[in-house]
Amino acid sequence: MNPCKLIVGGRKSCVSGGSLLLSCLLSLFAVSAQAELSIQITQGIDNPIPIAVVPFAWEGSGVLSEDIGQIVINDLEQVGEFRSLSRSNMLSMPSEEREVFYRDWRILAQDYLLVGKINRAQGSQLVQVQYELFDINRELKLAGEVLTGSVAQLRDIGHEISNVVFEQVTGVRGAFTSEILYIVSDQLGPETFNFRLEKADYDGARSQTLLESREPIMSPSWSPSGQDVAYVSFETDLPRIYIQNIPTGQRRQITNYPNINSSPVWSPDGSKLAMVLSKDGSPDIYVQDLNSNQLMRITDHPAIDTEPSWTADGNSIVFMSDRTGQPQIYQIPIGASSFNVERLTYDCFQCMKAKFLPDGVNLVHVRREARQDPNYQIAILNIDTLRVITLTDTSLDESPSVAPNGSMIMYATKFNGRGVLDAVSIDGRVKFRLPSSQGDVREPAWSPFLNSGY
Amino acid sequence: MGMQRSQLIKVSLLVISLFALAACSSTSETDDSDMGNQGSSSSSGSSSASSSAGSSSGQLSQEEIRAQNALRQTVFYFDFDVAEFKPQDRDTLTYHARDLAANPGKRVRLEGHADERGTREYNLALGERRANGILNYFIVNGASRSQIETVSYGEERPSQRGSTEQAYSRNRRVEVVAR
Repeated sequence: MNPCKLIVGGRKSCVSGGSLLLSCLLSLFAVSAQAELSIQITQGIDNPIPIAVVPFAWEGSGVLSEDIGQIVINDLEQVGEFRSLSRSNMLSMPSEEREVFYRDWRILAQDYLLVGKINRAQGSQLVQVQYELFDINRELKLAGEVLTGSVAQLRDIGHEISNVVFEQVTGVRGAFTSEILYIVSDQLGPETFNFRLEKADYDGARSQTLLESREPIMSPSWSPSGQDVAYVSFETDLPRIYIQNIPTGQRRQITNYPNINSSPVWSPDGSKLAMVLSKDGSPDIYVQDLNSNQLMRITDHPAIDTEPSWTADGNSIVFMSDRTGQPQIYQIPIGASSFNVERLTYDCFQCMKAKFLPDGVNLVHVRREARQDPNYQIAILNIDTLRVITLTDTSLDESPSVAPNGSMIMYATKFNGRGVLDAVSIDGRVKFRLPSSQGDVREPAWSPFLNSGY
Repeated sequence: MGMQRSQLIKVSLLVISLFALAACSSTSETDDSDMGNQGSSSSSGSSSASSSAGSSSGQLSQEEIRAQNALRQTVFYFDFDVAEFKPQDRDTLTYHARDLAANPGKRVRLEGHADERGTREYNLALGERRANGILNYFIVNGASRSQIETVSYGEERPSQRGSTEQAYSRNRRVEVVAR
């Protein structure tokens, strides 16, 4: 292992002697506190589900670094479906089943109750977190287990409990242990920028820098396993595609074609990378097999074809093209001739950056309605009914990325002149924001479901 | 396109350009005649062969000054959603092209940029389209392809921060950077 810090750009890169396989030690656990995002709920729903989350009892000595009950409350409230009971209004503070009196919670008009306690595991530095979830109206225990981990994993444990509560109550798998990738840009001088590729919990907590460069970094994309990220880096002065293993920091350059190399997106099975190359004159969509390195051309048009995404079955590519003069969304089966391109959008001045939801019918995209309307917003087009729902009401919204459970879309927008990340529920009713303390934050990429280990 | 044919066109265009510079004649070659007309100032109208021959040395140095001034302009701005450079930049770009043609050892990099409106990947492509427009103009006017590198930064390296029309107009640009 070559213990170089992963800072690239200019001539300071760790690229050595033309070798494409780069083995770099990442400062993975150097959490940059000043860059940490924290969440703000900007819009909720009218009738959230009432739930009481009692502070988890800590039966060890000293003070715990995390308040698990509060982590669960934050998770449940920011997706908008829940409203938690204020701790000061609780009539009792049970920490396990035998202390629970349903009547106490029925009086307070609560539908659900979560209680728990935390112990130091016998003879180790680990902690055990026990939780139990109750349905007040049916007087029924819905779930309960004991999770064991280090103190540093208390946030993970809290998010995992949120997953269980969310799934028990809504029937939808929770995405609270998922993570996000995003780009931060700081302008250091008139011509000088600093770019960072960051990874954080979905709520912006525990951010880590995966790559830092004076040259642009773009288009982070998760592998389906959640182990690797593909992105574009200009560290050689030209846009080239790289793949980086997240746990080890090992990275390799995937492309070195003339002109634009951009928009890498993993196929659903993880074996291929869709990308945009302009080596043959204008940007077209290509697919590279990651095992054989074989490159397949998907589109062939003198206009701009870019922003590929895969359909869920991995058989087709959705992309944007300005072949009619303005950006519109098209779809083409892998391996089909260019004549088999199907146009998906018609009624917008510009429709861009599209991806199907898992249902294969609803197409999330960036939309500019009319030439005289300067706003770029996140919208969903149902390609069967042609109904369009515009989810956002700001003007420079882009880079939509869907949570692994399909419940929310995170996107980049501007607030007070700076790039920030916002999230909106699929039905548009709930919004939350991850403000950054510095720099322009953009290009969020929401991870697939990750194995949290609990 | 055949290499030899494009080389031939390049050489012939170069010859025409040099001829235009020296004689200040108004041929029917649009790019060069634009230059020639500007050079001999529109007020004089008919640029007769005798007058240019009479003050040949003075004209040449004026021409050199014009060329030097033109080469000092290295940033070219674009209209919204437009990939073609502005007509008023044509003459300046012609001087750049001829400078490359006359100095085969010179290398430049054309850096294309876009404003922040629209998606990042589309803006990356638009920046390339703008840079390619100038690349092609340089080649047509005598520069060699091997002298020129292009790169697009899309909207990643704005020249001016902010979401105003003023900032946007500064950010839609191609920069000619000497290598």
